Amino acid sequence: MRPDLFEAPDYYHLDDLLSEEHKLVRDAARQWVKRDVSPIIEAYAQKAEFPKQILGGLAEIGAFGPYIPEAYGGAGLDQISYGLIMQEIERGDSGVRSTASVQSSLVMYPIYTYGTEEQRKKYLPKLASGEMMGCFGLTEPNHGSNPSGMETKFKDMGDHYLLNGAKLWISNSPFADIAVVWAKNEEGRIHGLIVERGMEGFSTPETHNKWSLRASATGELIFDNVKVPKANLLPNKSGLGAPLGCLDSARYGISWGAIGAAMDCYDTALRYAKERIQFGKPIAATQLQQKKLAEMITEITKAQLLAFRLGQLKNEGKATSAQISMAKRNNVEMAITIAREARQVLGGMGITGEYSIMRHMMNLESVITYEGTHDIHLLITGADITGFPAFQ
Amino acid sequence: MKILVCISNVPDTTSKINFTEGDTKFDTNGVQFVINPNDEFGLTRAMWFKEKQGATVHIATVGEASVEPTMRKALAIGADEAIRVNALPTDGFFVAEQLAHIIKDGAYDLVIAGRESIDYNGGMVPGILATLLGMNFVNSCINLEVDGNTATAVREIDGGKETLQTTLPLIIGGQKGLVEESDLKIPNMRGIMMARKKTLTVVEPIEAVKATKDTKFDKPAAKGAVKLVDSVDELVNLLHNEAKVI
Ligand SMILES: Cc1cc2nc3c(=O)[nH]c(=O)nc-3n(C[C@H](O)[C@H](O)[C@H](O)COP(=O)(O)OP(=O)(O)OC[C@H]3O[C@@H](n4cnc5c(N)ncnc54)[C@H](O)[C@@H]3O)c2cc1C
Repeated sequence: MRPDLFEAPDYYHLDDLLSEEHKLVRDAARQWVKRDVSPIIEAYAQKAEFPKQILGGLAEIGAFGPYIPEAYGGAGLDQISYGLIMQEIERGDSGVRSTASVQSSLVMYPIYTYGTEEQRKKYLPKLASGEMMGCFGLTEPNHGSNPSGMETKFKDMGDHYLLNGAKLWISNSPFADIAVVWAKNEEGRIHGLIVERGMEGFSTPETHNKWSLRASATGELIFDNVKVPKANLLPNKSGLGAPLGCLDSARYGISWGAIGAAMDCYDTALRYAKERIQFGKPIAATQLQQKKLAEMITEITKAQLLAFRLGQLKNEGKATSAQISMAKRNNVEMAITIAREARQVLGGMGITGEYSIMRHMMNLESVITYEGTHDIHLLITGADITGFPAFQ
Repeated sequence: MKILVCISNVPDTTSKINFTEGDTKFDTNGVQFVINPNDEFGLTRAMWFKEKQGATVHIATVGEASVEPTMRKALAIGADEAIRVNALPTDGFFVAEQLAHIIKDGAYDLVIAGRESIDYNGGMVPGILATLLGMNFVNSCINLEVDGNTATAVREIDGGKETLQTTLPLIIGGQKGLVEESDLKIPNMRGIMMARKKTLTVVEPIEAVKATKDTKFDKPAAKGAVKLVDSVDELVNLLHNEAKVI
């Protein structure tokens, strides 16, 4: 792959709205991605392997639980810092960002928010340092967009719970040390349980042959009469709202992450268009390529402002799930459209691993589907503004 | 050992350089500022002395409030304290006078400055500092070891290296080689969190003359158009007959 020459676009001087600390956090993540992710990521995506050697670096730049309080090993940063870290990581690769999102929002967040003090102390510091990795099991073979229909269930056996069922499409599952699993009790109420690798009857087969998020490991979680200690139930919230609360946090991070992928595609296409000569002049001097590039920077700028404002609302504790859905939906579609256009700007070169664009484009096919599909987020906005849920 | 690293705040090397006010002033609009690379090599070496030999590391910058992000980054990388002299660093002599005052007050054993800053390339500050303070001085330093009161410094000289022995207190003008690019540190989250609580003292400048004043900047002539040729013969032909250089 070519050297990473990335220069971040900031057309509306968004930097002026950021604090010095935001910029320090963002620039550290940016520098780290350039040094440790860009040079290796293409090779790992090609061979469909997660680059485990970067886990320590991810922890160092604060990608694991940036907004978890310092007392539990987090960095105690605000939501805008969290978003900026996700943006920079996804500028490198959506798969690496997925690993960070899962660890922070889907594993550390529920343990911090719904867990006991013992659970927080036992797991959070190790998750923050990357010594322990987690995954999040909600989706099942028969229940994707409609998780409330889940079949995974657990039974109270007096001194422990007995867990049965299966989860599919689980990021990080093949190497995770723990899984936050959502399952129904005998009354049909959804609860979160922490399942640890090594528990009898628990296995995590890997899902192979993906064309997307190839540098991220995806797999199943299979529970065959797994005995889960009672101390591993997350007691402080139950019902579908509990996993959805985690998703709010992850989706928010994705709305920033997608901007990173889009910036990388735009920056690559802009540089290429200025250098590539056809018919005696740079292709950037043609109206058709300018239309593509001008629309890209316009959409990126809009997405940045959307994410920034959402970050302010999140910092104030005022962001609604529906507002988060809007940003996730808009920004991921923005990114995937830019990736497709940018790929064309590069002509044949655009399909090779010499450039990051096609990898981003394929990655974003997962991003537009997971954490609520593009359609489902539209239905969430629709239900929010009309008062008529149209899911069924 | 008490170390002071003098840090200059300079435009990132990828910045587009422009001037305003009739080409007498650098246009900072849209420019990203970073730790001067020569100073960053020095800071990283200072971190090595901190880790291996328990040194205390302070940093000092002459600059207005806008330089504080660069200083905060140095604190996040691991410096213990920062001092900012609140003045525009427009003249090397003036800057050295300010830093000399800080160094006298702080009783530093080792002062690490950059050989030159990559913006104005004055290259005067460490030399003037050594003169003002009567301290030992090694310029263009590419390696430094300290054992008790003795310092062993390696200098780059034309086509080779020179190893010198001297005693503290010492000033060096550092550059790449003190550490390598791959040793440079990206601030980690713990460092950024700790930097929040570290002291950044702002002091007003002392009276000092500004011995020089910028009257005009000229950018290098724009690069001419590039002509791509397909063969060596054609290249030789063009160099001979068109450019008339061979
Ligand atoms: C790479 C990858 C990683 C993932 N990681 C995780 C993870 O870590 N943890 C986890 O729990 N899950 C994970 N997922 C699962 C992901 O969240 C689901 O794939 C997603 O929720 C969609 O579910 P589904 O695939 O079953 O599609 P379905 O729900 O079957 O949807 C199929 C299509 O039907 C549409 N549709 C569904 N319902 C409606 C409706 N009411 N009206 C109109 N259209 C509708 C959808 O929009 C979609 O286009 C991951 C998925 C991928 C691809």
